[in-house]
Amino acid sequence: MALLQISEPGMSTQPHQHRLAVGIDLGTTNSLVATVRNSIAVCLNDETGSAMLPSVVRYLADGSVEIGSRAQAAQTRDPRNTIVSVKRFMGRGVGDVAHVESMPYDFVDAPGMVRLRTVQGTKSPVEISAEILRALRLRADASLGGALTGAVITVPAYFDDAQRQATKDAAELAGLNVLRLLNEPTAAAIAYGLENASEGVYAVYDLGGGTFDISILKLTRGVFEVLSTSGDAALGGDDFDQRLYCWVIDRAHIAPPCDEDVRRLLMKAREAKEVLSRYDEAPIVAKLSSGEQVDLTISRAEFDQITRPLVSKTLAPVRKALRDAELKPEDIKGVVMVGGATRMPQVQRAVGEYFGQEPLTNLDPDKVVALGAAMQANVLAGNRSADDWLLLDVIPLSLGLETMGGLVEKVILRNSTIPVARGQEFTTFKDGQTAMAFHVLQGERELVSDCRSLARFELRGIPPMVAGAARIRVTFQVDADGLLSVSARELSSGVEASVIVKPSYGLSDQEVAEMLKSGFEHASDDMKRRALREQQVEAERLLEATEQALAADGELLDHAATGRIERAVTELARLVKDGSLDELKQAVGSLSRATEDFAAARMNKGIRSALAGQKIDQLEV
Amino acid sequence: MPVDLQHDFFTLFGLETGYSIDQARLEHAYLELQSEVHPDRFAHLSDAEKRLSMQWATRVNEAYRTLRKPLTRAQYLLELRGVDAGLETNTAMSPAFLMEQMEWREAVEEARDASDADALDDLLRRLRIQTSEIHGVLAGQLSDGGDLQAAAETVRRLMFIGKLENEIDDALEALDP
Repeated sequence: MALLQISEPGMSTQPHQHRLAVGIDLGTTNSLVATVRNSIAVCLNDETGSAMLPSVVRYLADGSVEIGSRAQAAQTRDPRNTIVSVKRFMGRGVGDVAHVESMPYDFVDAPGMVRLRTVQGTKSPVEISAEILRALRLRADASLGGALTGAVITVPAYFDDAQRQATKDAAELAGLNVLRLLNEPTAAAIAYGLENASEGVYAVYDLGGGTFDISILKLTRGVFEVLSTSGDAALGGDDFDQRLYCWVIDRAHIAPPCDEDVRRLLMKAREAKEVLSRYDEAPIVAKLSSGEQVDLTISRAEFDQITRPLVSKTLAPVRKALRDAELKPEDIKGVVMVGGATRMPQVQRAVGEYFGQEPLTNLDPDKVVALGAAMQANVLAGNRSADDWLLLDVIPLSLGLETMGGLVEKVILRNSTIPVARGQEFTTFKDGQTAMAFHVLQGERELVSDCRSLARFELRGIPPMVAGAARIRVTFQVDADGLLSVSARELSSGVEASVIVKPSYGLSDQEVAEMLKSGFEHASDDMKRRALREQQVEAERLLEATEQALAADGELLDHAATGRIERAVTELARLVKDGSLDELKQAVGSLSRATEDFAAARMNKGIRSALAGQKIDQLEV
Repeated sequence: MPVDLQHDFFTLFGLETGYSIDQARLEHAYLELQSEVHPDRFAHLSDAEKRLSMQWATRVNEAYRTLRKPLTRAQYLLELRGVDAGLETNTAMSPAFLMEQMEWREAVEEARDASDADALDDLLRRLRIQTSEIHGVLAGQLSDGGDLQAAAETVRRLMFIGKLENEIDDALEALDP
């Protein structure tokens, strides 16, 4: 067998070279990027030594974009073009966003997802989030000094399909290879569980800037199994700021403030909230643009009182998650607190009272998600061996189809372990019917109007038959990212027609392609070199994987198949240094196709050995 | 023996086909198999391998979900043995069973109308005890020389009870602020 020499100056020729991968916590308020270095997960800091990048993007009239603290500092000056908490708009229409009236943006109610009009034109939340992700990618590039294999991006466990799709689109737009979308509480559990070598059933209570998740996980040696998850995709620390802001407006007897003052007072509210986590009272002092002076003091007791409904609101999903897992509070061995908002004493107290134990706060609640994501990215990039942990996650919300009378028929139930697929058969109700319409929904309620509409599609080309004779099978497949694809096929006639739909709330492939293209047209040579470099990394990755597969399981192939793979390998290896982007893409494609059957044979071998191991265990029992 | 996606679920996990199974062994086999096929193992490999891994992991999850719970396991066993439990159409039940169901339902409604979460919890607990008793009966009916038709009726009863359990769950959920 041809042993390949794939190397270039300065690169390691060892077969198990460390692949660079990062975990990104794309938060409502702050975002972080982390990686595993010398077997330890660390957050990557910016040039000022700070790990947290405020999730704020400002579009300037001169065409430039500010991200992070600089943008944050400008928010009272330029509120309309400075977007904070963009995560709240991901995969959402205007009607879905809470407190729209007090937000200083110029919303455009585009079909699918809301857009924001800025000095640089209309921007979608996906594009705005991509700016944040790009900034983190650049930070990682600078800090790691090499091409990234890929990234794990975290999402709230309770994010629905539209929100997940929007997040993945944003990452791809930022030029990241998405290894996986990972649920935030699950990421935290990895960081926590591995750090503490924990076993048992744990609850992860994750109250972030704009989202709330609760996940119940069973930790056994090497396995993180999510039993149930619940939450509220529009509840977080921001809402506590909002309550405090309303209190200020009320107490200071001020007229409805202008956009600048709204921002100013919200910032003061946030500062006061943070002070109240450490002290018994906090001052709120601000000078408004009208000249009015706000000078108030709020006590912790008062703050507890005005935010009590918010704290109770988090406990309803907690109860639901426990019910779904068929567990009681006393079955929970530990409660891990995640998210900056869990620093508030009233939150810790309420959670502690509910579970009858002190919650665990020994890991930094701001960083634990990014650290767990980095650990998972390291595994997914292939840097670890067979003793890796196994992560079994679930979908948070049921998926279904509209049936007669505006009702939803559930196809996949919430808390199903992913990946999961289920098919349902339908038939025609009219003679000669040649098309059928489907409406895909997500949610727990019975009525279509109470669930989130994900997609509508039609199956056409059904051969004309008498009513009830056609057999149309609709298949829902949710992948390991928690993303849904739906296909429909007519079975009875042997004629096949199928469609794959992407949720309507995400951007269409074409939209993403256009954004990428317009990005590339303006791209400097630097960007193009970068694209080529990324394709080279991809090619090297594939060559290495193939080489390892051949070395381990080459005996599974017959002579002809070995020849085909080796020819594809030789061709790709020839192009990897000097080939153009297109040539490389083609050669990568050919090698992938040539190894398809080999992959199947290897999978079978793995399964047989797992079953054989099982048999040995049985003998021992 | 070649392994393929079409194997029945018991074979997939290396278990004897039957209603009574060793839960620990099922769980162990499930985790062993997922360790081999889960998409996280293939995230850095070719698209072909990723696709295959997703198909396998999906199948293994479905198999585990089906065998883990006694009711779905029983339904699956009946299906394997060619008994059509007529789950959708055949709703003929004994009058005594239906009467009992009506009483349960009234108790649930009463507790729901009174917003009495404790009463609902208590009903749920009692219902689960009853469910596990019926599963004892089902085990006999599904054993060798058992009565598959009777088992099919028991399965239908359990589905009835399952719906009631869901209603209690929904009522409890509705009581949450």
